Amino acid sequence: MSGVHVSTTINGDPVEFVCNADEPLLDVLRDRLGLTGAKEGCGTGDCGACSVTVNGRLVCSCLVLGAEVGGAAIETIEGMATGDQLHPLQKNFISHAALQCGICTPGFLIAAKALLDKNPDPSEEEIRFGLAGNLCRCTGYDKIVRAVQATAKEMRGA
Amino acid sequence: MRYEAPDSIKAAATMLAKEKGAAFVLAGGTDLLVKMKGGFLEPDLVVDIKRIKGMYDIKKSAVGFRIGAAVPGVALGENAALVKAWPGVVEAANLIGSKQVQGRCTMVGNMCNASPAADSVPALIAAGAKVAIVGPKGKRTIPVDQVAVSPGRTSLKKGEIIEAILLPARPAKSGDAYLRFIPRTEMDIAVVSAGVNLELDAKGVIKDARVSLGAVAATVLLVPAAAKAIIGSKLDAAALEKLAAACSAACKPIDDKRGTIEFRTKVAGVLARRAVMIAYSRAGGK
Repeated sequence: MSGVHVSTTINGDPVEFVCNADEPLLDVLRDRLGLTGAKEGCGTGDCGACSVTVNGRLVCSCLVLGAEVGGAAIETIEGMATGDQLHPLQKNFISHAALQCGICTPGFLIAAKALLDKNPDPSEEEIRFGLAGNLCRCTGYDKIVRAVQATAKEMRGA
Repeated sequence: MRYEAPDSIKAAATMLAKEKGAAFVLAGGTDLLVKMKGGFLEPDLVVDIKRIKGMYDIKKSAVGFRIGAAVPGVALGENAALVKAWPGVVEAANLIGSKQVQGRCTMVGNMCNASPAADSVPALIAAGAKVAIVGPKGKRTIPVDQVAVSPGRTSLKKGEIIEAILLPARPAKSGDAYLRFIPRTEMDIAVVSAGVNLELDAKGVIKDARVSLGAVAATVLLVPAAAKAIIGSKLDAAALEKLAAACSAACKPIDDKRGTIEFRTKVAGVLARRAVMIAYSRAGGK
């Protein structure tokens, strides 16, 4: 299998890699670039643990080929904090205990940020619909919703 | 597997036509990549059409809308003019999958996956939408109801690619709607679905209608008898009763874990009735 050479941008940094033609972006991120924040839950777009944004669109990185992202702007969980300064969503997930095992958390944070970027004042229903593509088997979702609500309130006030 | 991303539709069609192995078009990939992962498909060639000019465009003109094959669901919902003209089509497409899936999934992919339960297809068929096809032998345009021929199979020939969906211009006093039944509140496959598009005369009497049903036969159905039942009416109880009966009569569903034949047959009529009432109100009917 011949490799595909790809030049792209991840969290603002120019990145180059060679991947197999049928290799998902998720595998490129984790196994070739060492960005292991995005997780593989299902590998078929059902669980959202591998969520990233590509050109501003929220996607499952398991349902994107690495070969497709030439020239794109990708944002992953590794780019969410600013240095040591956590994003308000990250802080609120901790203070609201919105995670237990943590596997789903990077995907939830990316999806929640995509939601708040578009809609700074979502209703509870909009939050639940907006995060319906992310599965969590620990929290029962309620604490995640509260953390997103608290963040939205905080960021609107700021 | 080889991956190609040509910059012209002609080049893409030629690549697909010349390939001796299994060749597939990639736009959103929300069906293709899942099938590859599951081992159901082993492509020798994947042709990504997203580098081709116009594939992400939604163009409005006097004859209607031209929606590029790679336009994702989320972009349909962001286009105010399209939402205003074809709310039923946009709602149907936006019901597919999660926000993550919406970031990639396309209506053309939904159509070419050829599932009888495809959400956007009944709405597109009710709308009278067509598709623009480019192939090695040139271009052709066909109605959406001629794309799928059986579950998982389309009428497209080797090398042919759907490059755009063509939605007609919205006449005055007209409206569309789509409803589906699922056992949960979101992110599920339709057990039964109904798409409706109506046009009223100045007095609010239905002068034209198209009714389409999903997940009740091997392909999405257009049901002319259901349209006939409400044309000439203002949706009085008798017309709605006739509409529901015509829908149920057109059903040839299967029994499976998601719904029985009896359930699907009954609910097809119920959903068509409700969708017709939404479309009627959107058309300005009272």
